[in-house]
Amino acid sequence: MLKSIGKRVVQTIIVLFCVSLMIFVLLRIVPGDAITTMMGEHANADTIARLTKEMKLDQPIYMQFLTYIKDICTGNFGTSYTLNKPVTELLAAAFPNTVKLAVFAAVIAWVIGMVCGIVAAVKKDGILDRLFMGFSLLGVSVPVFMVAMVLQYFIAYKLHWVDISGVKSWTGFILPAVALGWNSAGSIARLTRSTLVEVLQEDYIDTAKAKGLGRGAVIILHGLRNAMLPVITMMALQISSLLSGAVISETIFSINGVGRLAVDAISRRDIPLLQGTVLFTTVIVIIGNLIADCLYTVLDPRIRKGA
Amino acid sequence: MDEMLLEIKHLKSYFYTRKGVAPAVDDVSLQVPKGKIVGIVGESGCGKSMTAKSVMDLLKYPGRVADGEILLEGRDLTKLSAKEKRKVRGEDISMIFQEPMTSLNPVIKVGKQVREAILIHQKMDKAEAKKRVIEVFRQVGISEPEKRYECYPHELSGGLRQRVMIAMAMVCRPKLMIADEPTTALDVTIEAQILKLMKNLCDTTGMSCLLISHNLGVIAQMCDYVYVMYAGKIVEQGDVFTLFDHPQHPYTKGLLASIIHLDELPDRLSTIPGVVPNLMHLPEGCAFCGRCSEAMECCKTKKPELHDLGDGHAIRCFLPAEREAAHE
Repeated sequence: MLKSIGKRVVQTIIVLFCVSLMIFVLLRIVPGDAITTMMGEHANADTIARLTKEMKLDQPIYMQFLTYIKDICTGNFGTSYTLNKPVTELLAAAFPNTVKLAVFAAVIAWVIGMVCGIVAAVKKDGILDRLFMGFSLLGVSVPVFMVAMVLQYFIAYKLHWVDISGVKSWTGFILPAVALGWNSAGSIARLTRSTLVEVLQEDYIDTAKAKGLGRGAVIILHGLRNAMLPVITMMALQISSLLSGAVISETIFSINGVGRLAVDAISRRDIPLLQGTVLFTTVIVIIGNLIADCLYTVLDPRIRKGA
Repeated sequence: MDEMLLEIKHLKSYFYTRKGVAPAVDDVSLQVPKGKIVGIVGESGCGKSMTAKSVMDLLKYPGRVADGEILLEGRDLTKLSAKEKRKVRGEDISMIFQEPMTSLNPVIKVGKQVREAILIHQKMDKAEAKKRVIEVFRQVGISEPEKRYECYPHELSGGLRQRVMIAMAMVCRPKLMIADEPTTALDVTIEAQILKLMKNLCDTTGMSCLLISHNLGVIAQMCDYVYVMYAGKIVEQGDVFTLFDHPQHPYTKGLLASIIHLDELPDRLSTIPGVVPNLMHLPEGCAFCGRCSEAMECCKTKKPELHDLGDGHAIRCFLPAEREAAHE
């Protein structure tokens, strides 16, 4: 167990290094530089030169990279060019909103998705199955921005049930979370249904029934635990899509989260801020996958012993 | 006359598909006396597993029991509520399946899976139940039962898994154990061990057993009484000695003739020509007519009834009646 954890940590460090390298290189390939974006087109040459030196942009690129890596290792993500605040501070302020949104979205998506999937599998080929699967098709095929705007128009603008944007109270999170979780709910429902339908055909389900277990207990104790294995992997992968999908949801509903920070950073060529947000998101995705792997080993003894 | 534990009367279990109704079990009547081992033998798809699953109420959609009675000590199981049926399953009747590899839940420790059966039916705390499981593990010949209790199915061999299944089937001391091809997936040496174990358990506990197999050797070795099934119907029944020494139905004769005797190896192996008819399109007359070496004109148009030959021996065939008529 310790060995596999150690392996994962090393893997994580390598992935993080590669991601930082990629961000670093990509941001220097894209046209346009930070200083012109900051100062506008009519800045005088002296100012540009002074700023370039101040921000150490005159140093050779490998030196810049080394400084960058060194700073990251000490937890220093630099200072945002445009907002003039340390990136860590900005991230710390924005992160809670993103987490709230993603968690809210995940809870909505996973609860709805799993309940629909389980009911559909148990009532296979029945009316509920068809209804839920029709809905889930809508779930996986309609994009986030579309759902977001439709919800905004009907629920907020026409019905005035919640605020159209911003998060003054927790109700402000409902629409963005539904919009964000919409796709995930659809795919979780479909996956839960298909794996559970398959598992319920297995011989050990007959064994469980032959023991005299009730229908509910058979489905939950013997069916679901086996059916959850692929579903949990998908959930972990969804953490990344929920966090990156939050870019769209946060922008449409004006929520000050990490996604919106990234969008702002891109449009303003704010390199430190962008590096910070991307790296931060990467870490979260890796943590998500790590949690999924650990859960997987808890649920499936065949992996536990094999590792 | 033995006291009957299980009596199946005119059982009909059908598959209701879009293309039509398939009579997988068609008017089957059989009896399992207390403390005896009764075998059902037949080819794949002849309805033997369906009969067993009908008793356990484990038929999968679109199959269901259409008609008939399944009496356990006089109580009709088909008329019980879902809750009462659950009580019977596991406690009064238990079942062992063909595939020990897939019959155990891969993510739960085998000990817990067996313990679950106790906890469902008996008021026992978990520690006590565990003790009982270990005791039964020992009884079915699992070495180091405390250690095995904590194992997952993938850590055990096929033979051990089937022993776990047997332990699970008898942990609640049922009156009847249904074994559906319990040794088909095992290799021959393990098969012999498992069969011996089952026979011993039946003898020592007084439990009855309904053994389903396509293997005539297994049936001959284990059973007191045998039913031969073909295309959803019982074609011959009798006690094991009569049936193996004096088979009367052409199908049973064919089955017995196709066994290879090592001391007199023939040039060509004996077979029954043809295949089992499609249940959806059964012939008008006897279902075996197309493959029967002794078929007569009447076999093509009329369905034979069970003809009693005395001493519990009966066959579903026109031949005895025909012979009697010729004799007179």
